[in-house]
Amino acid sequence: MSKFLGNFFRSIGHQVDDGIWRLGYACRFLLTLLIYSGISFRRFRLTAKEVYFTGVLSLIVIMVSGLFVGMVLGLQGYNTLQRYGSSDSLGVLVALSLVRELGPVMAGLLFASRAGSAVTAEIGLMKATEQLSAMEMMAVNPIARVVAPRFWGGVIAMPILAALFSATGVFGGYLVGVQLVGVDEGAFWSQMQSSVDFREDILNGVIKSVVFGILVSWISVFEGYDAEPTAEGVSNATTRTVVTASLVILFADFILTALMF
Amino acid sequence: MTRNDLPQDDLVSITDLSFAYSKESGSRKILDGVNMAIPRGKVVAIMGGSGCGKTTLLRMIGGQLRPQRGSVVMDGQEVHTLSDRKLYALRRRMGMLFQFGALFTDISVFDNVAFPIREHTQLPEELIHDLVLMKLHAVGLRGAAHLMPNQLSGGMSRRVALARSIALDPQLIMYDEPFTGLDPISLSIVGQLIRRLNDALGASSVIVTHDVAVSLKIVDYVYFVSEGKIAAEGTPDEIMSSDIAFVKQFVHAEPDGPVPFHYPAKDYRKELLNLP
Amino acid sequence: MSRTTLDLWVGFFVSMGIVSMIFLALRVGNLGGSNLGESYQLKARFDNIGSLKVRSAVKSAGVVVGRVSAIDFDVETYEAEVTLTISDRYLFPTDTFAKIMTSGLLGEQYIGLAVGGDEKMLKRGDVISKTQSAIVIEDLISQFMFKKASEGDVQ
Repeated sequence: MSKFLGNFFRSIGHQVDDGIWRLGYACRFLLTLLIYSGISFRRFRLTAKEVYFTGVLSLIVIMVSGLFVGMVLGLQGYNTLQRYGSSDSLGVLVALSLVRELGPVMAGLLFASRAGSAVTAEIGLMKATEQLSAMEMMAVNPIARVVAPRFWGGVIAMPILAALFSATGVFGGYLVGVQLVGVDEGAFWSQMQSSVDFREDILNGVIKSVVFGILVSWISVFEGYDAEPTAEGVSNATTRTVVTASLVILFADFILTALMF
Repeated sequence: MTRNDLPQDDLVSITDLSFAYSKESGSRKILDGVNMAIPRGKVVAIMGGSGCGKTTLLRMIGGQLRPQRGSVVMDGQEVHTLSDRKLYALRRRMGMLFQFGALFTDISVFDNVAFPIREHTQLPEELIHDLVLMKLHAVGLRGAAHLMPNQLSGGMSRRVALARSIALDPQLIMYDEPFTGLDPISLSIVGQLIRRLNDALGASSVIVTHDVAVSLKIVDYVYFVSEGKIAAEGTPDEIMSSDIAFVKQFVHAEPDGPVPFHYPAKDYRKELLNLP
Repeated sequence: MSRTTLDLWVGFFVSMGIVSMIFLALRVGNLGGSNLGESYQLKARFDNIGSLKVRSAVKSAGVVVGRVSAIDFDVETYEAEVTLTISDRYLFPTDTFAKIMTSGLLGEQYIGLAVGGDEKMLKRGDVISKTQSAIVIEDLISQFMFKKASEGDVQ
């Protein structure tokens, strides 16, 4: 029994130990990345290319999901609000849920699975095929040349995607609420405007999306750079990116919501 | 001719180099007290069985790994004591060909060769264009400039990678298993290229390989590495006629000898009969 | 992909982001509507402010004329002291009556200003003396029940 308990605690200790070590390693990696970020801005085209790959290529999925989420909010919200005779507040409900929570969170989750996984796989493959080593031997720092632009590309793209998600979502809610089920158009917009505050709601949503952008990009580039240089290692790292990034987004969202609202 | 008769002008000299992947005591040493010299203008081969630490040795010359003991001196500079900035400056004078080429898969052959030039110089685009075509011409692939790396065969990508590693006219060119997985024609093309480029550029070359036949034809000096130590060294002729058991086994590809066929195990009879 | 197409797409992407931010700020949020421009401050004391919050609307005749900018508790009089920020365009007589009202049965609370007839106007920093506190629904219900009970006694 005591032997079992000993092993049990030892395995917990090992897990915690390992986790803390990895976290420290990831933090040091972020620091190195920030130190070598100069080139991402001096030669902005490198970063712009990553904005294209992470942002522009995620446009369709973000906008279509935003539209449908907004439409569902419009339908469900109308069904509930109508029972209390306050269907005029539909605009408020749609806009607040999107701007405060769903916009940043859903865009973050989609971003992690669409762009984050791609970044991890790309960096991991470059490592597995010795491209990063080759770059190092060509006296080009792979963290400055490959990792940092991908990080900053993600950090730039994410708030834009979240804003697009919220905007298309509100439009989706408008389509269903006003055009389909017939909420008064004036009431929809004016109630929304009187209740959604720019600083309290919209700006806090933007702050959230910036934080998520940093977290997802950080996790993606770290997992890619840290991947074991084999096909299996890269695929494991890609899975880890999506899982870790999703959990971290939801956890960070809780913390930020508790601090902000 | 022994090593001491070569002119004593060494580009790289390695003294008492030791390395193990884990710092814990008792872990297997990859390299253990290796001494080696790469003279200017010569092609040197490092041979040995798989996993004997040849590639590790190259990574130490390039400063990608740090030895536990000993030193690597290139052109008067001790590689492992350099600051990052100086190390990167030193690396600009090195070229390295990786085992499978390690071409950047997202850009074309032309851009691959242009990559180190664009990163390290401010040359106008027309000049870069000419330089890249010259390098590609040297490996016979000027016509493939517009292709993407995934459209190349193994031998062709090895040659493109070679063109890329000589893009900045390095003083030292390192080859990590340049012959692996090539058909006989590509094999001799790559072999001839290594020799020709070395002489044309006035560079020095190190080839890590276990391909005896091709490499003995093109190199000036050979080191045999076994179990982390230099087991034998000499010119190709000396190696061919060597009577050191290990070298004989290697050169003539005998399955059993000093390098045993069997991985160390318990006594065969005892193990089958389940005896202690 | 050539450099110009890349630039085109990234530029397009970033401008779409900016447009949607402007849409959120002006059409969804109140950045355009709530801009009071030049404003001045008035104070009002209430026994009970109910669920009035900072940034709640101040309306007169249903028109938003300002917002609540601060709510404090006065430890001497045990009253709530509410600071109202009113747009410079609107002036109110000194006998203006400030009421805490509720939009709809369960809606948000706001301050309604009922205009009096005085010639003199309230100046920056003045205190509105005539106020009516928020109607607390529990009080209403208990009043109603006491009244019913006492009616029952008479019968």
